[in-house]
Amino acid sequence: MKYVNEFRNGDAARVLAEKIAREVHPERQYRLMEFCGGHTHTIFRYGIPDLLPANVQMMHGPGCPVCVLPMKRIDAAIELAMKHNVILCSYGDMLRVPGSHRMSLQKAKGQGADIRMLYSPADALEIARQCPDREVVFFAIGFETTTPPTAVILQQADQMGLKNFSVFCNHVMTPPAIRGILEPARQSGQTILEGLVGPGHVSLIIGANPYQDLVKDYQLPIVISGFEPLDLLHSILMLIQQVNAGSRMVENQYTRAVTDSGNQKAQAMIEECFEVRESFEWRGLGELPNSALRIREAFAHLDAERRYSLTESIGQDNKACECPAVLRGAKKPTDCKLFGTSCTPENPIGSCMVSSEGACAAYYTYRSRAIPAKSFSVNSLSKEV
Amino acid sequence: MCLAVPVRVEALVDEDQALVELGGVKKHISIALLEDVQVGDYVILHVGYALSKLSEEEAQKTLELFSQMHQI
Ligand code: SF4
Repeated sequence: MKYVNEFRNGDAARVLAEKIAREVHPERQYRLMEFCGGHTHTIFRYGIPDLLPANVQMMHGPGCPVCVLPMKRIDAAIELAMKHNVILCSYGDMLRVPGSHRMSLQKAKGQGADIRMLYSPADALEIARQCPDREVVFFAIGFETTTPPTAVILQQADQMGLKNFSVFCNHVMTPPAIRGILEPARQSGQTILEGLVGPGHVSLIIGANPYQDLVKDYQLPIVISGFEPLDLLHSILMLIQQVNAGSRMVENQYTRAVTDSGNQKAQAMIEECFEVRESFEWRGLGELPNSALRIREAFAHLDAERRYSLTESIGQDNKACECPAVLRGAKKPTDCKLFGTSCTPENPIGSCMVSSEGACAAYYTYRSRAIPAKSFSVNSLSKEV
Repeated sequence: MCLAVPVRVEALVDEDQALVELGGVKKHISIALLEDVQVGDYVILHVGYALSKLSEEEAQKTLELFSQMHQI
């Protein structure tokens, strides 16, 4: 695949790794967080931790929408499907996320609920058109990357005058989540990170500019990164260079796709369809102010939260599950007692074990067979494209 | 969830749709979120929607940077 394979070249990876090794000061600590779950996945899939000096540590952030959605929102989706008897359309990743009482959408489906797995939100509109006598709800989740497609279908449903369609909106925003991680540390006068790898696909939409305030407020370098292994190694190198130089800037490694101002047409569509919620609960980060979106009044007729009365569940997570600490980068998946024993991708107890972008799932799948540096080659890398 | 891949636009279907090839399969995608898409452009595709254009020039610059590091 063009513009993918070139960024998986093994020789270039080795050169970057050597350059990182030369650049790193042995007496220094480099704790770098990749915000995005897609980056976490790449880091493990290509064994990047093994290419880094011991004092460069990758910490995994909360940028996995499946992982951060609180249990009560899953419970609400299950309620929509079971009690309100709608056709619930969801991205596949959500199906196995545990809700209260170890229920999940998948189990609800097993008990007869009509739950459809979608590749694209456009398919939800098609289902609504084909089943005019059924209510169809799209379970919308995701960061800024996934919000614009939901805006498109809201506008289309409105234009088509679809009466049997609505959206259960759970879209969340990246900059407030980064604040959610860094603010408690700042208040207690601690430094928990030396640098941050900024999410590439979120930034296609929002651009590089929104990170400027974060750099100013938290005094740490941010490098927006592409998703291939060379992109990540390059971004890590750029962060290390900034740390060594004492500089704190927003840099863009993913210049082939990210601009300073982002996709303004998409931003305008988001603005038209959604408004900011005063507060939203995140798994692991708690209630964060101005961190999520809800559907605007103009599209109220397409808002599942207005159309159905949903019970607010308490949603108690398993007490032993360390997802909250894992999502804040405070603990590693292997610090959890349940990791790999009671909790596996086949039988997840916490949300971080469900999606392939969750830190626990990525750790579990790839940690045992991380590709050692010397076999990091074009051949071993390109086959899964 | 945020998985997105670069694809080349093979044809324009209408104002909001384009045809691309993905892993040997021809596919319709939405270009409703972009302005001014041309045949031959590379776009970043996510859940059936093109989210941004890919600049081939910038991609080359990054790759050249990697090969320069190689030579030093
Ligand atoms: S291993 Fe399972 S139970 Fe433990 S933190 Fe990860 S998801 Fe939660």
